[in-house]
Amino acid sequence: MKVAVVGAGPAGVRAVERLVAAGLSPVWMDEAPDGGGRIYQRPPAPLARDARTLYGFEAKRATAIHDTLDALKPRTDWRPETLVWHIRAGAKQMQALHRGAQQRIDFDAAILCTGAMDRVIPVPGWTLPGVTTLGAAQIALKAQGCGIGRRVVFLGTGPLLVLVAYQYAKAGAEVAAVLDTTPFATKARAAPGLLLGGATFAKGLYYTAWLKRHGIPMVEGITPLAIEGDAQGVTGVRWRDARGREQHTACDAAGMGWGLKPEAQLADLAGVPFRHDAVQANWVPVRDDAGRTPVPGIYLAGDGAGIGGAEVAELAGARAALALLQDAGHRIDPIDTVTLDRRLAGLARFRAALERAFPFPAHLARSLPDDAILCRCEGLRAGELRAAARAEAATGPAPEMNRAKAFTRVGMGRCQGRVCGAAAAEILAAELGRPVPRIGRLRGQPPVKPIPIVAGAAP
Amino acid sequence: MKLVRLRDASRPRIALTLEGAPIEALQGDTLLTALLAADAGHLRNSEFGDGPRAGFCLMAACQDCWVVVEGLGRVRACATLAEDGMEVRRG
Ligand SMILES: Cc1cc2nc3c(=O)[nH]c(=O)nc-3n(C[C@H](O)[C@H](O)[C@H](O)COP(=O)(O)OP(=O)(O)OC[C@H]3O[C@@H](n4cnc5c(N)ncnc54)[C@H](O)[C@@H]3O)c2cc1C
Ligand code: FES
Repeated sequence: MKVAVVGAGPAGVRAVERLVAAGLSPVWMDEAPDGGGRIYQRPPAPLARDARTLYGFEAKRATAIHDTLDALKPRTDWRPETLVWHIRAGAKQMQALHRGAQQRIDFDAAILCTGAMDRVIPVPGWTLPGVTTLGAAQIALKAQGCGIGRRVVFLGTGPLLVLVAYQYAKAGAEVAAVLDTTPFATKARAAPGLLLGGATFAKGLYYTAWLKRHGIPMVEGITPLAIEGDAQGVTGVRWRDARGREQHTACDAAGMGWGLKPEAQLADLAGVPFRHDAVQANWVPVRDDAGRTPVPGIYLAGDGAGIGGAEVAELAGARAALALLQDAGHRIDPIDTVTLDRRLAGLARFRAALERAFPFPAHLARSLPDDAILCRCEGLRAGELRAAARAEAATGPAPEMNRAKAFTRVGMGRCQGRVCGAAAAEILAAELGRPVPRIGRLRGQPPVKPIPIVAGAAP
Repeated sequence: MKLVRLRDASRPRIALTLEGAPIEALQGDTLLTALLAADAGHLRNSEFGDGPRAGFCLMAACQDCWVVVEGLGRVRACATLAEDGMEVRRG
């Protein structure tokens, strides 16, 4: 039986581990030069910090994932630096690109463990050099030993906000401020549910306390107004505090993000239907608790199947592999699946509390000024989308996302709407007075990422 | 934008060029790190005239870090390791 696994983050590693244990040798691809995924990304040689410095409290888990990954590589058809850019579920075929060369992968079943990326709300000035996502700020430090600036503002909300600020401060960067758009009261209301998170919740509290103890300004319930800059890049962030007073923080870089969104383009191309998850405020591919999708032979695990975090990703990877094996007629230990299901269900309750503690602030996207850039790929401004939506709605049926794409190019650019899609949907929804689920979702297109034109089709 | 080297900075040096001008970098740098930790300031100019860009996601997703490398063509600076002797142009 031919099995293909895409992604070698925590979900992919634990999925492949189960497949190999059952005697299979899957084709295993990751676009990155090595496995580990986002949280356990390994720096390229000769960068050489130890796991404790790189991954902090997560060092033990990181080492366990890396050891398993390295042990699995020779027992699988391991293909790093391989971007899977198309999948045809009917033909059971993937197209991939490795160092400019096309590959065709035939499979009987596939597990997609494609992870997530930062969910972003545009802020006026966000295209300036020196503005990155929170995840990017972390990658710069973790994988390259660099800070995105000398004096950095972190802006947004969610667990990654304080984590990255803490990591920067620890590494010796000056953190000018941590600006959280979520009001304290919202988090306090979610506190009982957060206690379910045990150690994860405790770590969050620890980072916050550490930052406060070190005198780093942390403000909750803020509204970002603009990131300001000049020819050299960022010079400061203008924001409004919860009492309505305008503030300014000088800095030479800013990292921003509002939680994560699944990288689910391959699932989309495979024909997996999506649903709008109101708690996550994300479109997520439809799957059962074990990772089975309505498309035969296609399984999903990890953040690409709906945001759950690293611990969930490991369990879900193992669970999806067991589902695949079971469907293929392998005998699996029922105690194994029951244990995994129980742990996943427990973590899902904590995740729901996290989402309630840091809800997606749709109003910030909706109030993006007309002259602010919404789509950084196409240089499209918020007002252009609003005007086009009004004009379309006046002459025909109310447009949805894919129509909007056709008439404004929003989401048509090089990132295919990964970056602006969430905010664009909110703006369209507000303009047309319809709920976001009815605005629809940008459909994925092959290739899932731009590939060189010369690369052509696979043999 | 100027990346600040905080950790792991004692690595062998490599030399590349940006638009013909010398750039000194460290082995293990991505092109994005190599250029922005030196004084490149930005990686490309928006084709819509709204100013310079220097990447955004650093995880090969946003495509806002395109540069051109002699012999390789267009690459994402955040996902391409810098190598000694590379000749780079802004994307
Ligand atoms: C930038 C960033 C930083 C994060 N940092 C933290 C953190 O510090 N702590 C924390 O708890 N959580 C963090 N997270 C959350 C993180 O997503 C999860 O904790 C965890 O990494 C999810 O594991 P995963 O296996 O589902 O996906 P990932 O770890 O994201 O792994 C997915 C892998 O799939 C590969 N891939 C995706 N698409 C393709 C394709 N088409 N072809 C080939 N390969 C592909 C990617 O290269 C990647 O290696 C971070 C998320 C992001 C985006
Ligand atoms: S910075 Fe986003 S693709 Fe390189």
